[in-house]
Amino acid sequence: MRAFPKTKATVVAALMTSATMVAADDVEVLHWWTSGGEAAALNVLKQDLEGQGIGWTDMPVAGGGGEQAMTVLRARVTAGNAPTAVQGLGFDILDWGKEGALADLNEVAAKEGWDEVVPDALKAFAKVDGKWVSAPVNVHSTNWVWANKSVLDANGIAVPTSWEDFTAALETLKAAGITPIAHGGQAWQEATVFDAVAMSVLGPDGYKAAFVDLDEATLGSDAMKEAFDRMAVIRANVDDNFSGRDWNLATAMVINGEAGFQMMGDWAKGEFLNAGKVPGEDFLCFRFPGTADQVTFNADQFMMFDQGGPVSAEQAALASAILSPSFQSAFNVVKGSVPARTDVSDADFDACGKQGMKDLAAAAASGNLFGSMAHGHAAPASVKNAIYDVVTAHFNGEFDSETAVDELVDAVSIAK
Amino acid sequence: MSVASQDTAIRTGRITRTLIYVVLILFALFYMLPLYVMLVNSVKPLSEITGGGMMNLPEEFTLEPWFKAWSSAQIGVEPTGLAPYFWNSIKMVVPAVAVSTVLGALNGYVLTKWRFKYDTILFGLMLFACFIPFQIVLIPMARMLGLMGLAGTTWGLALVHVVYGIGFTTLYFRNYYAVFPTELIRAAQIDGAGFFQIFWRILLPSSGPIAVVSIIWQFTNIWNDFLFGASFAGADSQPMTVALNNLVQASHGVKEYNVHFAGAILAATPTLLVYIVAGRYFVRGLMAGSVKG
Amino acid sequence: MAHSANADFKTRLQNWIPKLVLSPSVAMMLVFVYGFILFSVYLSFTDSRLLPSFGWVGLENYSKLWRLSHWEVSIKNMGIFAALYIVICTTIGLGLAIFLDQKIRGEGLLRPIYLYPMALSFIVTGTAWKWFLDPGIGLENVMHSWGWESFEFRWIKDRNYAIYTVVLAAVWQTSGFVMAMFLAGLRGIDNEILKAAQMDGASNWNLYRRIIIPQLRPAFLSAFVILSHLAIKTFDLVIALTGGGPGRATELPATFMYSYTFSRNQMGIGAASATIMLMTIAAIMIPYLYSELREKR
Repeated sequence: MRAFPKTKATVVAALMTSATMVAADDVEVLHWWTSGGEAAALNVLKQDLEGQGIGWTDMPVAGGGGEQAMTVLRARVTAGNAPTAVQGLGFDILDWGKEGALADLNEVAAKEGWDEVVPDALKAFAKVDGKWVSAPVNVHSTNWVWANKSVLDANGIAVPTSWEDFTAALETLKAAGITPIAHGGQAWQEATVFDAVAMSVLGPDGYKAAFVDLDEATLGSDAMKEAFDRMAVIRANVDDNFSGRDWNLATAMVINGEAGFQMMGDWAKGEFLNAGKVPGEDFLCFRFPGTADQVTFNADQFMMFDQGGPVSAEQAALASAILSPSFQSAFNVVKGSVPARTDVSDADFDACGKQGMKDLAAAAASGNLFGSMAHGHAAPASVKNAIYDVVTAHFNGEFDSETAVDELVDAVSIAK
Repeated sequence: MSVASQDTAIRTGRITRTLIYVVLILFALFYMLPLYVMLVNSVKPLSEITGGGMMNLPEEFTLEPWFKAWSSAQIGVEPTGLAPYFWNSIKMVVPAVAVSTVLGALNGYVLTKWRFKYDTILFGLMLFACFIPFQIVLIPMARMLGLMGLAGTTWGLALVHVVYGIGFTTLYFRNYYAVFPTELIRAAQIDGAGFFQIFWRILLPSSGPIAVVSIIWQFTNIWNDFLFGASFAGADSQPMTVALNNLVQASHGVKEYNVHFAGAILAATPTLLVYIVAGRYFVRGLMAGSVKG
Repeated sequence: MAHSANADFKTRLQNWIPKLVLSPSVAMMLVFVYGFILFSVYLSFTDSRLLPSFGWVGLENYSKLWRLSHWEVSIKNMGIFAALYIVICTTIGLGLAIFLDQKIRGEGLLRPIYLYPMALSFIVTGTAWKWFLDPGIGLENVMHSWGWESFEFRWIKDRNYAIYTVVLAAVWQTSGFVMAMFLAGLRGIDNEILKAAQMDGASNWNLYRRIIIPQLRPAFLSAFVILSHLAIKTFDLVIALTGGGPGRATELPATFMYSYTFSRNQMGIGAASATIMLMTIAAIMIPYLYSELREKR
């Protein structure tokens, strides 16, 4: 632990030795959680640390689901001025870990027994070469469908469990003059839908072969073409105005009954709750048809950047506060996600949250828990974005499914 | 070098004039449109906005969004509003504009009145430098700032803006001084006046109009910059644009459009003021210099 | 003797002062601009991904770049965008300047209205434009509510037309600035020549075509430099307005470069695209700068 009094001269000296400019006993946290609920949840963490005499220097940079923050991070690390802790996702964490930029948290992990309570699939993104380098906050699962219950009831639609059920439900809604699917036309949202569709068509093994192992035969298979065909069906059931729409505006369409379904991660639940809707009564949450046993996930974590030497006391305190069951519960109740550790009580969670925790534990136990391609937990950023390009181009009608499959193989081979 | 404003000697008939007024007013409406949308929606309660009718005047007038954007909106963990970031921006913009304008003036003076071999090539290099895409400088610039011990400071950020603004300020002042009678300079030299004396006594007093152009240009660009501000500022020196971005880009929860718009206008107020207050001199400055080549 | 030696020193000093004064700017430019350009060109031949790294890969990044349809789209968009943007801004700017130059009452009010968009960044106006162009809540909706049911304006949702909405917003931002440049040029024209031509019975149209517009050449050139520089750097506008969509239909080289360098962790390809962009800029600007600067000797 390096101690620098916070005066100008020594701050410069601190920079020269490429340490942090935050004085001792402060953590500087780079994150993109700036909306009211998220910030309130982070505040819990902040107060916890302040109770231990550790100050919190806030460095929020919102935008692009953390893309903007990652750019800033790159500049900060290059300048030799890395923040203490940085919100991170999936492969970004592994990439920084491989660059040797992250601190070793094994000591605190061993003391608190993280290895026993965090699922293996998630550990794969929190540990590099056997070392814990970041503290997972939550697990979001992305293969959810959200539905307006009264719209479904009014049209006599039961929760669909197969693709055929689902298309039949879409037909019914369309005939009734309701937009069947609320969708926001942004590349990541299209990829989120594609994630679930591909999982349902390819099955868990095919999903892994295609998006984790990047196997060319699977990427170019007929099953993949079928997945794109299903995307075209979904496109046909989206309103004309979808392009560029933010995801929460699409959620609002379901809330208001303008649309029947939305395929979106569990963060959508917060929008329903904010609107005063009750899960199970006003809205329904279920896994995308054909993926009932699988969970595709992404997880927010806080990477701890190497401050020179062993992990600092503040970092250890922050990491341990993040993984404490009370914070895991409090934060995830607000955020709509589920705790990163599987031993947290579900008492404070609502129906969808309880369901999510149960699904996560079951999927983790049966080997059905997979990192989400769309959210950077299956393949590195370059491959993820290359897949985005193809999926979004196909969804917007630039080419047909057959071409999409060829483009997909090509794009992945360039990006690898 | 006449800077007196003069209207054209062209004469027009009544019908033509009416037509001209119509066109001018239509364009004025076109230019006002986004500002109108922002203003009108910044004084509505959120329910009225989500109810539709983007162009409608507010049924219920409220200044609440403005107060919220300024002092209590969620920017980071603390609901600080935009206020603290406003001062960060000021602290960065003022030195950056001042230094780049002074350097530009001196460069323009040297390049026109103290010609030397290859000075044109140097100027050409400076001009071409204006075209560098900012995306490619981020990483090497971060490294340089780190090496200089300026990473995460207001001074570092100001330095970056000076570096990438100098090309423009030099261009403005060079073109302005190019038409300044060199005989005056020679006469002063014969009288024994030195480099700085000539600059101070002869050129500077008549540099008002072009200084306005340079200041407006630099102020606007620096104030509105997001990329450099986000990448090179520290936690306590983040400029207003970064805060505004955090306010507007928050990905979850209800989007408070009225607060966003109020914040956006607040963030734009200084540049708007600069344009309105100094705008009169702006055309005059352009006229006197930069467009005359 | 002492006096003349002193004078000699003073002259020599006087000769050096200008260069000394210029040197900080030149040094900064050499390091922060040309040094960085060289660095970026070098990176384009390396296997850099997350951070710069120095494994030499030759032309691999360039060959990958040209295989990307995404890059072709951004190049094509740049062509459409830059051409339309420069031509339309120049036309509107010149037109408004000429009109505003006709002893217009209220010029003092109109001028700032035309100019103010330049003062705003697209982080500020992006949302307003997005709303306005969105058929669901914007112009189309307003027209429908005013009773014009058949009105259709959904360019921003159509991948073949979305790039034109980017042009529209960009023109809105800078055409007023161009107007100011032309207005300044017009105000600098000697009225005596015009009066003489009027005596000879020249029509207004001919006055403008034959005498006034040719005299605005420097203003045209300045406008061209400023506009092409803004066109190449157009970035926030696309991010705020369309996010590069629908699909990837409105990507420009600047957004391409940013996304490959920063979002996609393919810094090598990003650097290659930057190199190509810089070469293109050089191919356009160097002949222009050469002719402009040589002429003034």
